[in-house]
Amino acid sequence: MTDSPSSTPAASVAAADEPVLSRPGFLQRFSGMARWEVLLLVVLGLLVLEGTRLSKYFISGSNFSNLITAVMEVAICALPETLIIITGEIDLSVESMIGLSSALLGWLWAAGVQLEVAILIVLVVGILGGLLNGLLVSRVALPSLVVTIGTLALFRGLADVILGPTAISNFPAAFTAFGFSTIPGTPVPFTLVVFVILGAVFWTVAHATWIGRQIFAVGKNKDAARYSGVRVGTLKMALFVVSGLVAAFAGVILTSRFSSATADNGTGLTLVVVTIVVLGGVDINGGKGTIPGVILAVFTLATLQNELTLAGVSSEYQAVAVGLLLIASVTVPYLARQIGPMVERVRAGRRQPADSIGPGEIVS
Amino acid sequence: MAANTAVAPARRSVAARVVTTVGRSRELTLFGVMIVLSLGVTVRAPQFLSPSNLTEVTTLAAIMAIAAVGEALVIITKNVDLSVESTIGLTAFVVADILSQHTLSVPEAWAAGLGLGLVLGMANGAVITLFRLPSIVVTLGTLSIYRGLAFFVAGGREMNLAQMPAGYSNPSSQTFFGIPLFVLVAVAVVVVVALLLRLTPFGRHLYAVGSNAEAASVIGIRSRVTVFLAFSLCGLLAGLAGVLWGMEFGTIYATSASGIVLQIVAAVVVGGVMISGGSGTVVGAALGALFLGLINNALLLLLMPQELLQAIYGGVILIAVSADALLQRRERRIAAETIVR
Repeated sequence: MTDSPSSTPAASVAAADEPVLSRPGFLQRFSGMARWEVLLLVVLGLLVLEGTRLSKYFISGSNFSNLITAVMEVAICALPETLIIITGEIDLSVESMIGLSSALLGWLWAAGVQLEVAILIVLVVGILGGLLNGLLVSRVALPSLVVTIGTLALFRGLADVILGPTAISNFPAAFTAFGFSTIPGTPVPFTLVVFVILGAVFWTVAHATWIGRQIFAVGKNKDAARYSGVRVGTLKMALFVVSGLVAAFAGVILTSRFSSATADNGTGLTLVVVTIVVLGGVDINGGKGTIPGVILAVFTLATLQNELTLAGVSSEYQAVAVGLLLIASVTVPYLARQIGPMVERVRAGRRQPADSIGPGEIVS
Repeated sequence: MAANTAVAPARRSVAARVVTTVGRSRELTLFGVMIVLSLGVTVRAPQFLSPSNLTEVTTLAAIMAIAAVGEALVIITKNVDLSVESTIGLTAFVVADILSQHTLSVPEAWAAGLGLGLVLGMANGAVITLFRLPSIVVTLGTLSIYRGLAFFVAGGREMNLAQMPAGYSNPSSQTFFGIPLFVLVAVAVVVVVALLLRLTPFGRHLYAVGSNAEAASVIGIRSRVTVFLAFSLCGLLAGLAGVLWGMEFGTIYATSASGIVLQIVAAVVVGGVMISGGSGTVVGAALGALFLGLINNALLLLLMPQELLQAIYGGVILIAVSADALLQRRERRIAAETIVR
């Protein structure tokens, strides 16, 4: 023992260090992250099975395009919302930006502005709205919850001021077709193409670029990120601007799909957007989440809503289902986290580990 | 003690001190702004001061103030309750429904409304504290679930005064010595809750949990119990607001009180309660509600378009919180300079 070759301990140290030093393999990383996505896939599979039982038209091209177009506005808004929530902030104002965008588009069109120009102006207003959110959050250092509750009222108010209670509906057919029609000969809606492109961009940015790494770093530990050279404020501001721009574009799509511009378009959609993000496995406290998870959540929610419609459930009760889904999707991971340690505790034969003693309890 | 505290600020001018004191106390600032606003409106529209107008403004503001006090309790603990408007709508409808069936007496129906509000608030609090879930997500969910319950109860019906027992809606127009009954109720609620916060351990725990939940746990405060109680009380007060809402508005729909959560949160924030938890008073929240009510009334009297209202509420929220942040930053700088000196 005393004369053991010196290389052995060194080798064993190196061996022990190896898993720490080496980057985790793709599969290892994936398995940790993907459990939630797999669960979502299973849920989606079950929903599809249920759908085929509900109606023989469920698996049909036309139902597919109906199901998809109904959620595309919230789906594209969920992409930037995901990144914002990963940084630990939230944007509740998207539904009002959708309304403002719709109202402004209608007003500009009614005032005789060329449609392309009107859409461009609307998108610029989206950027400005996002900039307002971003400036107040990053420069004045206000909590995004209260800022976007403020702009939730402000943007909706501006929509009211611009259009009042009237509805503009004499849009050209080419424009309104964009919202609900499909690529000729296929059941693929135009809006799905938009979502796929945006989804690919957000997927790449979030999971394969330095911007994505900074976003996760900010969400995990803002101060550590700042000391490592991440410009936290600028990053957040950029995300809010993107969110405003995308929400304004969603407003254009919604106007096109409804063939109608009103000031109250989009009311209540924030609930759906946040539900999609949370259902997609994104931690509402920031730092964790994936774009593929959120994309899966879009299809899960779309299928659920479609089936509820097929089953004759009215939109009021569908909102209840969305609310329940939202609460369930935060409760299930919590319970899952509890079950793991509980099983271990039972195995170890101990009632409670020392660190879980509640406040005010006496340690015996 | 008094001499000690007087030494340091005495270096600055009286005017500067007045500005900081008033600026620091949101209640005083709001009071000043409201007086200026009222004077301005009176000059342009003298009917502002007519008893009927004042009664209407303060009665509506009283309902909002009661809801805002409940919301303030939750926000002080660094949580938020977005479901209050659905609680108000649901209780208003259920109370009206009970009364229209003439099975319970009027006070019993009111008690049922309060109980319903309490139960809904407890449900929020239980889910949030038992599962340690973020309140914004849970109450965004219950916002639509409670509204769904209202649709379920209503089943397409609407309730109006003709279906109610005689004397149901009378309280809303009753006055004592010229003061509307609802205002007295709101003042009573504010006083009771303010004393609760000031004099009881629960009140101190509320602020402790809101400013630093971990530290509060370390010194033995049961933060989850405290948060649960805050949500329960918020539900109870929303129930009370719902009962009053039903009396004030003769006709009640499943969608009654939709969208007012924005106004309630605005009132709380404008009233100086920090959304980041741990500070603010219920008096401020109630004054915030009155301030927003005054703005609404001013728009009406000055014949400005009602469409402006939402935009103004949004602007007021943003200005109030920005002013708070800038003022704090300035105070911190002044404090730093004082230390350097």
